[in-house]
Amino acid sequence: MNDFSNALSTAFALVTSLDRDLFEIVGLSLEISLTAVLVATIIGLPAGAALALSRFPGRRPLIIVLNALMGLPPVVVGLVIYLLLSRSGPLGSYGLLFTPTAMVIAQSVLVTPIIAALARQTVADLHEEYDEHLRAIGSGPLQRMATLLWDGRFRLLTAILAGFGRAIAEVGAVLIVGGNILHSTRVMTTTIALETSKGNLAIALGLGLILVTLAVSVNAAAMLLGETAHRRYG
Amino acid sequence: MRRRNTKRAWRWLRLSLLVGACLPALAAAESITVASTTSTENSGLFEYLLPKFQADTGIEVRVVAVGTGQAIRVAKNGDADVLFVHHRPSEDAFVAAGYGVKRFAVMHNDFVIVGPASDPAGIKGGDDAAQALAAIASSKSLFASRGDDSGTHKKELSLWQTAGVDPAASGTSWYRETGSGMGATLNTASGMNAYALTDRATWIRFGNKGELVILAQGDPVLFNPYGVILISPERHPHVRADAGQAFIDWLVSPPGQTLIGDYRIDGEPAFFPDAIETPPTE
Amino acid sequence: MAADTTDTNGLLPMVVDAVSYRAGDQALIDHVSFRLEDSRRTVILGPNGAGKSVLLRLCHGLLAPSAGAITWGGSTPAATMKRRGLVFQRPVMLRRSVAANIEHVLKTQGIGRDRRRGLVSAALDQAGLKSLAHRQARTLSGGEQQRLAIARAWLLEPAVVLLDEPTANLDPGATRAVEELIIRLGATGAKILMTTHDIAQARRLAEEVMFLHHGRLLEHRPAVEFFAGPRDPDAADFIAGQLIN
Repeated sequence: MNDFSNALSTAFALVTSLDRDLFEIVGLSLEISLTAVLVATIIGLPAGAALALSRFPGRRPLIIVLNALMGLPPVVVGLVIYLLLSRSGPLGSYGLLFTPTAMVIAQSVLVTPIIAALARQTVADLHEEYDEHLRAIGSGPLQRMATLLWDGRFRLLTAILAGFGRAIAEVGAVLIVGGNILHSTRVMTTTIALETSKGNLAIALGLGLILVTLAVSVNAAAMLLGETAHRRYG
Repeated sequence: MRRRNTKRAWRWLRLSLLVGACLPALAAAESITVASTTSTENSGLFEYLLPKFQADTGIEVRVVAVGTGQAIRVAKNGDADVLFVHHRPSEDAFVAAGYGVKRFAVMHNDFVIVGPASDPAGIKGGDDAAQALAAIASSKSLFASRGDDSGTHKKELSLWQTAGVDPAASGTSWYRETGSGMGATLNTASGMNAYALTDRATWIRFGNKGELVILAQGDPVLFNPYGVILISPERHPHVRADAGQAFIDWLVSPPGQTLIGDYRIDGEPAFFPDAIETPPTE
Repeated sequence: MAADTTDTNGLLPMVVDAVSYRAGDQALIDHVSFRLEDSRRTVILGPNGAGKSVLLRLCHGLLAPSAGAITWGGSTPAATMKRRGLVFQRPVMLRRSVAANIEHVLKTQGIGRDRRRGLVSAALDQAGLKSLAHRQARTLSGGEQQRLAIARAWLLEPAVVLLDEPTANLDPGATRAVEELIIRLGATGAKILMTTHDIAQARRLAEEVMFLHHGRLLEHRPAVEFFAGPRDPDAADFIAGQLIN
């Protein structure tokens, strides 16, 4: 129990002293996860919408696979990306292993199925409601997709926040492909793992508290957003 | 009003994309990647040395700290420029197979056997490592092993062999492989009040000792030499050979060696420079 | 008088020839044939479950007939869809403001931003929704939503507007406002084809009545004649206010 109160005071000391290393780590975590979520959004939203609106053989199995991919194990993703990006791997010539870009790639792979699957669900639900109207006004496939994505924007934003929550809290993949290099690829989760391994439980827990605060804020924001949207838009 | 907001959102989007695109560029500034071990990283030596090296040469060193076995695999794949580990037979094999250019002796520290202060195996004060392990085995006291193919793990396995014990044999419930780094293994040992083999530097720095203390040390066999090797640019043409060799040259130069010798953890010397006089062999 | 107007952009005559629509074993529309020649207000009247909505959707091309054919001025319903407006019983309200709901239709048609602004404003005026332009469409009352839906359909100056039970869920005040809007819409020369189960509404709005029951078209006559004395006994019972089955 002593450890815990010790950790709490360390955490507050870290935050209140505006520790530079801490800010660098938190900043890098945000930068990587936000970029990954951006990439995942750019790919996932249209992909999910297209899957909701198009009809082709093998569509249902694809949806099942997509939903299953939401639970991709980060370590496996990390390992596969590691093997692809390694100098001895097929994408080795780009020299991306142990760089922030590798971490962005790994997190994008983790988050894209989440955003795509939730976007598909959102667009499919809205489509059921809007279909006759959109057909009646002669909406083309791309216009349809744009209309449904825009009108589902609040639910989609919730999906994006869920993706961000997964990205920022994930350790397995970024540790493997990033290498936890000081001042380069060290993010909050890998620092927590490292400090724990050094026996610096107080610092680890301190960082953990910051991470939890961030995750809780993101979820609270998602909830508030959903409620506000429901109140405003019915 | 709405239009302006949309415009601002687009600008933000473009900015983020730009930042994303710049990430690899930032990482690609004059730098080398060193594959090393968790015990070296955990000792704090790199945090002490690397800023000084960067100040001298402008080269940024990025350390990927894993077990020795994995570090060697990272190096073999060409995912690092320099290998910095502590398991002499593996290092020699690495160079002999053509993956590395040449091994340079850098420094050494030593391993110690730590365990609960109550010392159920009665090894306290001993200076024969194999005997101590044999006593742990015969008293069936808990022992936490790295179990991760690291240099420390390899050293531990060779000690068991000398002691004539096969800890991996069935029925050895007292032998626990953590499969993780030095610090994580010490955390496990501390939590279970188990014995463990650790390098001294990591031990001194370790912050969660609990009831663990050093029980056996000083056996010459516990001597732990570190070697540094440039990855062969012939095998992996992308290796930054000049910068990598500059790092090695700096480590074994008199100023580098002096810095290593001057490094203190809690007032204790942790590493002893080897490049000036020939290190004793095992 | 709207009946004299013949400006229907070549969509008329509309011909429904021996059309049936089956769902499983059940014929929801059973061998229906009729012609609509002019832009009078035509009301498809019938009890709930008669197949009115299905018939309207078949006419617009949202459903394809199981048998028979429908043509608008010789073309298929799908090919002429853009020249017709459609208003549903429960209007689909996009999750946007009232003005944005109207603008969305124009955008879909590829109408440029500058022209859109004027058209949106005119449509809001027509429907009496100007003061609600920035309200979220889904927070409007039922009557306001239906007026918005009609304004949306009106936008494209359709030759024909189809309305499916447009006042079924509305109170009398809202119903009156919607009916006035329908009459004004018809006065622009647009052909009105609407369904209702409300006999009083049919009396107020219809210039021509089609009586539909169990998926069969039992009467198709000018409204004055129909209400003076329906030939079909079921139709007679229905307008006498009796329950028919």
